[in-house]
Amino acid sequence: MTIIKKEFARFFGDKQLIFSAVIMPGLLIYIIYSMMGSGIERMVNDGENDTVVLKVQNMPESLGPVIDEAMTDNVVVTPAGDEISADVALLSDKDTNMVLLRFPEAFDSLVACYTPQSMTPAPNVQVYYNSANNSSSRVYTILTAALTAYEESFANRFDVNRPTDEVAQYDMATPDAIASMVWSKILPMLIMMMLFSGTMAIAPSAIAGEKERGTIATLLVTPMRRSELALGKIVSLSVLSLLSGISSFIGIALSLPKMIPAGDAGDILNFNYVTSDYVALLFVILASALLMATMLSLLSGLAKDMKNAGTMVVPFMLVIMLAGLLPMFQNATATNPAVYLIPFYNAIECMTAIFSHELSWLFVLVTVAANVAYAFIGVWLLTRMFNSEKIMFNSK
Amino acid sequence: MEEIVRAEGLRKTFQLSRKQQKIEHTTLKKRVAVDGLTFSAYAGEIFGLLGPNGAGKTTTLRMLSTLIHPDEGDAVLGGCSVISDPAGVRAKIGFLTSELKLEDFFTPSYLYDFFSRLHGVDEQVSRQRKAQMFERFGIDRYAETKVANLSTGMKQKLSIVIPLVHDPDIIIFDEPTNGLDVLTARVVTDYLQELRSMGKTIILSTHIFSLVERLCDRVGIIIDGQMKLCGTLAEVCGGDTIEDRFFNLYKECKGGEE
Repeated sequence: MTIIKKEFARFFGDKQLIFSAVIMPGLLIYIIYSMMGSGIERMVNDGENDTVVLKVQNMPESLGPVIDEAMTDNVVVTPAGDEISADVALLSDKDTNMVLLRFPEAFDSLVACYTPQSMTPAPNVQVYYNSANNSSSRVYTILTAALTAYEESFANRFDVNRPTDEVAQYDMATPDAIASMVWSKILPMLIMMMLFSGTMAIAPSAIAGEKERGTIATLLVTPMRRSELALGKIVSLSVLSLLSGISSFIGIALSLPKMIPAGDAGDILNFNYVTSDYVALLFVILASALLMATMLSLLSGLAKDMKNAGTMVVPFMLVIMLAGLLPMFQNATATNPAVYLIPFYNAIECMTAIFSHELSWLFVLVTVAANVAYAFIGVWLLTRMFNSEKIMFNSK
Repeated sequence: MEEIVRAEGLRKTFQLSRKQQKIEHTTLKKRVAVDGLTFSAYAGEIFGLLGPNGAGKTTTLRMLSTLIHPDEGDAVLGGCSVISDPAGVRAKIGFLTSELKLEDFFTPSYLYDFFSRLHGVDEQVSRQRKAQMFERFGIDRYAETKVANLSTGMKQKLSIVIPLVHDPDIIIFDEPTNGLDVLTARVVTDYLQELRSMGKTIILSTHIFSLVERLCDRVGIIIDGQMKLCGTLAEVCGGDTIEDRFFNLYKECKGGEE
C-alpha cells in the first residue's frame, strides 16, 4: 500500500509528468487529428471560391450547354483567340486561375464521322491547366469528368447501379455495420498503442530508476515483503497507464468528428454502442493496462538503468503494434476460446468483436481472467527478480 | 561483550560472462568473491572491513544485509539468520551506502515518512525521531525542499538519515565516506561514534586507512575474498601503522604474482 501511495504521490505531485503522460497524449492527438482534418478540408476547399477563367477555342455547339452546366458560378467561360501560345505560357505561372480548353475545328462533325474501326486517331480535345494551382486543377477535373461523360453517352449500351425510382441504394449493408467495420479495424490498435505509450512514460523510472539511484537496496532492506513491493509497483503502474490510456481515448473521441469530413461519411461513422459494450470495453482495457504494466515492470526490472529500459521496450512495442494490425487483415474474430489466452492479441480480438457489435462475454471473461493470471505470474517473477542479486546488482 | 553479529564461513561466487573473462584474461567460469569469511562484531563497537577494491567487502556487506544469498555459510545478526529469517534480519539492520541517491522529486520529509512507513514505525515515534534526526544533521530547515534543490552535502546527509528511520541496532555501512565532501565526511564519522556510544553495532567497509585508525575498534583485513587478519586495531597493527601492516600483508599474499 505504501508503495502504491508513494508512486501516486510521485506521479500526481509532478505536474510535468502528469502533463506529459496523461494530458499530453490526449491533447496531442486532439490537436494533430484536428489539424489534419482541417488541413484536408482546407485542401479540398481551397480555391473553391476563386474566380477561374475558362478559355475555350472552337467551342462546339453540342458541348456549350454541357460545359456551362458543369461549371460553378465563379467560372467565367470566354472564347479564346486563334493564337493560344501566349495563354499557355501564362498558365505556367501557378498563380494564374485559368484553364485552356481546345477543341479541334468542326469537332461535332469529326466526332460524328469517327468510328473506332477507321484506324485513324480519334479527335483530340486538349485541356491546358496548372496542377499546382488548386482552382485550375479543380476546373480541369470537372471538365474531364464532363467530357468523359459526354463521350460515354455516345457508346452507352447499359448502366450499372443507376439509382432508379424504386432503388436508391444498392449497398445493402446497414450504416451500423459499415461504422463498426471501420471502428473495429482502427480503434483496438489505437487503444493498445495509447495504453502502451502511457505506461512507457512511467515504467522505466519505476524500477530501473530505483536501481539506477541505488534506492532499490534501501527498499529491499526494509521488512516489507518483496511480493508486496512487486504488487505495489505493478498496481500503481496499471492505474497510471489506464489514466493515460483514457486521456488518449478522449482525445481520439473528440477529434474524430473533425477528422472525418461532415456529410455522408460523417453519418455513416456514427458511434452507437450500448452500455454492455462499454462495460465490456472497460474490462478489456483494464485487463490490458494491468498486463501492459506487468510486462513493462518486468522489463524495467531486468534493465540496468532507465536508458537501457527505454531500449528494451522497443521490440515489445513492435509486437503490440503487430497484434494491433492483425484485425485489419482478417474478416472475423476468433471463435476458439483458447485464442483469448494469448496476451495482448486477446484484448485486440475482444475489442474488435465489441466494435463489430459481436460482444461475447465468454471471450471477454477469458481475456480478463488470462490477463489477471499473467499479472500474478508477473508479480511472482518480479518478486523472484527482487530476490536475485544478479538482476538487482549487476552493476556492469 | 555481547556478540551481535556472527558471520560463519560466508562464501559467494559469481559467474563470469565471456566478456568479463576476456577483460580479466582468465578462462575460469567462476570467480570467488568472498571465500569463507568468518568474523564477529560486538555490541557498542565499530568493526571495519579493510581491503582493496574488488576484495569482496561490498559483497560481504550485502550478504549480511540479506540482499545477496551466500552460497555457503551463514550469518546471524541480532539472533536472526540471514538464511532462515531474512525478514527478521532486515528489521534489525540499517544498510547505508554512499552510492545511495534519493529521488529528486520528493522532499526529505516525505522520503523519511515513506521509508518509516515501510519499516512499520509507529507514527508518533516516527515524527519525534524525524524531528530529532533532521535537527541533528541540520536538515530541518530544508525538510520541505525538494531533494533536487538540496546541496550535495545535504543530499548525502539525507541518504544517511533515511536508512536509519527505524533506529536499527545494527548498522551496515558500505564505504561511509566515499565521495563525501570533507564537512559531511566529518559529520558522518562523528555520528558513527555517537551511534557506538549508544551501544549500536556498526560494520563498515573501507579502503581508507585513516578512517580505520580513527574509528574502528576492531578490524578485519580482506584480500581476495579471504580474511587475512582479524582482531582489535592494536592486535592487527602489532606496533606498525595500519597502512604499513596492510601493505606488508598484501605483499605476502600477492608477492609471487607481481
